[in-house]
Amino acid sequence: MSQGPRVALFVTCLVDLFRPNVGFAAVKLMQDAGCTVEVPEAQTCCGQPAYNSGDKKDAIAIAKQVIATFEGYDHVVAPSGSCAGMIRKHYPEALADDPAWSARAEALSAKTHELVSFLTDVLKIEKVEAAYDGTVTYHDSCSGLRELGIHGQPRKLLDGVDGLHLRELNDANVCCGFGGTFCVKYPDISNRMVSNKMDEIVATGAETLLAGDMGCLMNMAGKLQREGANVRVRHVAEVLAGMADGPAIGEPEDGSAKP
Amino acid sequence: MSISTTRNFKANAAEQLANETLRGALTKSKGHFTGGRATAVSNMPEFEALRDQARDIKNHTIEHLDFYLEAYEEKVTEAGGQVHWARTAEDARNIVLEICRSVDARAVNKGKSMISEECAINDMLEANGICAVETDLGEYIIQLRGETPSHIIAPAVHLTKGQVEESFRANHTHLDPNRVLEEPPTLLNEARTILREKYFQAEVGITGANLLVAETGSSIIVTNEGNGDLSQLIPKVHIVLASLEKIVPTLEDASTILRVLARSATGQEFSSYTTVSTGPRREGDPDGPEQYHVILLDNGRSDMLGTEFQDMLRCIRCGACMNHCPVYQSVGGHAYGWVYPGPMGSVLSPGLLGVDEAGHLPNASSFCGRCEEVCPVRIPLPKLMRHWREQEFEKHLSPGATRVGLGLWAFFAKRPKLYQLATGLEMRVLGWLGRKRGRFTSLPLAGGWTKYRELPAPQGRTFQSRWKSGERPQAGGAQ
Repeated sequence: MSQGPRVALFVTCLVDLFRPNVGFAAVKLMQDAGCTVEVPEAQTCCGQPAYNSGDKKDAIAIAKQVIATFEGYDHVVAPSGSCAGMIRKHYPEALADDPAWSARAEALSAKTHELVSFLTDVLKIEKVEAAYDGTVTYHDSCSGLRELGIHGQPRKLLDGVDGLHLRELNDANVCCGFGGTFCVKYPDISNRMVSNKMDEIVATGAETLLAGDMGCLMNMAGKLQREGANVRVRHVAEVLAGMADGPAIGEPEDGSAKP
Repeated sequence: MSISTTRNFKANAAEQLANETLRGALTKSKGHFTGGRATAVSNMPEFEALRDQARDIKNHTIEHLDFYLEAYEEKVTEAGGQVHWARTAEDARNIVLEICRSVDARAVNKGKSMISEECAINDMLEANGICAVETDLGEYIIQLRGETPSHIIAPAVHLTKGQVEESFRANHTHLDPNRVLEEPPTLLNEARTILREKYFQAEVGITGANLLVAETGSSIIVTNEGNGDLSQLIPKVHIVLASLEKIVPTLEDASTILRVLARSATGQEFSSYTTVSTGPRREGDPDGPEQYHVILLDNGRSDMLGTEFQDMLRCIRCGACMNHCPVYQSVGGHAYGWVYPGPMGSVLSPGLLGVDEAGHLPNASSFCGRCEEVCPVRIPLPKLMRHWREQEFEKHLSPGATRVGLGLWAFFAKRPKLYQLATGLEMRVLGWLGRKRGRFTSLPLAGGWTKYRELPAPQGRTFQSRWKSGERPQAGGAQ
C-alpha cells in the first residue's frame, strides 16, 4: 500500500446515487498519484440543498456530521466544485458564530479540495495516463469556477489525454441553469438557461461534453437528450482516469447514444 | 410607492419567456454590456484594487451615515440649497408636489432617476395636473409606451429599434408620416428635436443623483446624453431625488466611485457627461436654477443598517449584476415586478417591500455567482439572497411542498445508515427500470425536472454499497 497522503473521498450524493463510475474514477486518479484513499461510511450529502433553501438548522447539523466524519484525514476530496465549495467556503461561514465548531470548520475547509484541482495544485500532477478519442468541449461549473477558481486545471490535464481534442465552449462560464433546487423551483427559467447552453454546446461540434459537477452534467445531458442532440456527456474524472468506455450519462447499458 | 407585482414573479417570468421580441432585444444588448465591461477591465490593471477602494469608501460612509448626512446638509444649506428628509415614498411625493405648487409648475423635466420610479413621482404629478417629461431617451421611449424601466441604467433595453419607431410614429403625429425612421441616429434626432422644445417649457427639473458629496454639498449625475444638464439648468427649480446611501465623504471619493461606475455599467472609461451641482445659481453665474432642493429618501434603507443586509447599501446602481445574470437575461427586467430588477433588486426589493411580498426574487437564482464576480463594490449578492431565504424559511413563508420535501430529505441526510439503506434500494430500482433507455422521460415526483429534460437513470447500485462490497478500480494506465 502506498505511503502517500491519507485522503478521504467525499463522493457527493449525486455521484453516489447516479454515477458511481465517477467515484471509482476519482479513487483511481488519486491512488495512481500515490494517495491512500478511504471512503468514510457516515457520509450522505454536504447539506447544500438545505443551506440554499434557507434551512440553516439542518444545514448546520449536516455540516457538523461531515466535519466530525472527515476531519481526521490529511485531505478531503470531492469530485464536485459545488460540494467542495460548500465545505470550503460555506461551512466556516455557517459555523462562524459557534465557538465550539468554527475552528473545526476552518480546519476542514483548509484541507478540502475539488478533485481535479487537488490533482494539479496539491499533488502537482502534470499529466495523467489516459486516452480518449474525439473532440470534447468543457463547461465550467459555477461553484468550482467562482468559489474555488477552477478553470485552467481541468484543461491542463485534458491537454495530456491521448487523442483528445478540446474545443472551447462559447460562454463556458455561464450557468447551465441547474442551480440545485433552482431547476425544479423555476423550471421555465432553468429551461431557457439550459437551452442556451445546449445551443452553444451543439455549436462547438464536439462529440462529448465534459464538466466537473454531476448536477450540471445531468441537467445538460437531460436537455441534450430530450432535444435529440447527439452529444455524449461525461464527468471529466471519467476521461482523466481512462474510465470513459462505458455508457455516457443517460445512455443505456449497451452504450448506444440514440434515443 | 410604485406598485409591485413581485408576488406573480413566476407568471410574469413565463410570460416574458414566451416573448420572442424581448429575447432578441436582450440577446443584442447582453454582448454589448458584458463585452464592454470585460474590455474596460482588461485595459485597467488596477481595476481590482479600485473595486476594493470603492467598497471601502462605501463601507466607511455607511458606518458613519448620520455624520456624513448631517455634514452634507450643512454644506447644501451653506450653498443656498435646501435638504428635505423623506422617510417614505409618500413623504417624497408630497415634498415634490409642494415645491412644484410653490412655483405654479405646469411642466416638469426629468432626468433619469430610479428613486423617482420607486416613489412613482410621475403618476403623482399627472394626478395633480402637472406634465412630467422624461428626457433620457430610454425613459422618454417607455413613457410614450406607458411602460416602466426594465433595467436600472438602460430603461428601454427590452425594446427593439422597430418598437421604438412604432411608438414615435404613433406619438409624434405632427411629423410627416412618410419620414424615414429606421436607423438609431434618426430616432435619436427626432426625440432630441422634440425634447429640446420641452426643456424651455418646464418650471421644475427633477434629476436623480449618482453621488452626493458631503465635503461640498454637491450632487453628481452621470449621463450619456447631456439631458440631465438641460433638465436641471434651464428650469427655475432643480429638485434632486436621492436615497440616503448615495452619500460619499469627499470629491476624491466620488472620483474613485466614478472610475468603477462607468466601466462596470457600459464599459466606458467615463460617462459622456459627469455633472456636479452645488446649490442654486450664484450671482454672476451664467446659468443655473433659482432654487436647489435635495430630497433624501429613506424608505426602509435605514432599517437595513446593522443587519446582514447592510452590504446592499453599497450599491452604486451600475447594472453590471443584471447584465451578467443568466436569470435576468432570460426573463428581462419586467418579470421582477418592481422597480429594481436583477440580482441587486432580488436583494434590495425584499428589504424595501418586505420578504413576504418579494420573497420569490431571492429564490429565483441559481447562485451562479456571476453578479458578485462583477459587482464594483463587491456586494456578496448570492449570500444576501440566501439570508432572505433564511428569513423566509424561519417565517414559514416558503411553499409547503418545499418544506415537506426538504424536511424528509434532511431527515435521511442526518442518518447515514438509514440514508444508505433507502437510497441503495431506490437506486437499484431506478437503475433497473432505466437500464434499457438509460434515462427517464417522466417519473413520479420529478415533474419539475422532466418537464423540459430527461432524467439520466442511475447506474444501479450506489457507489457506497459497491465500495463496501470491496469493489476497487484497477490501478495504472489507460484501461
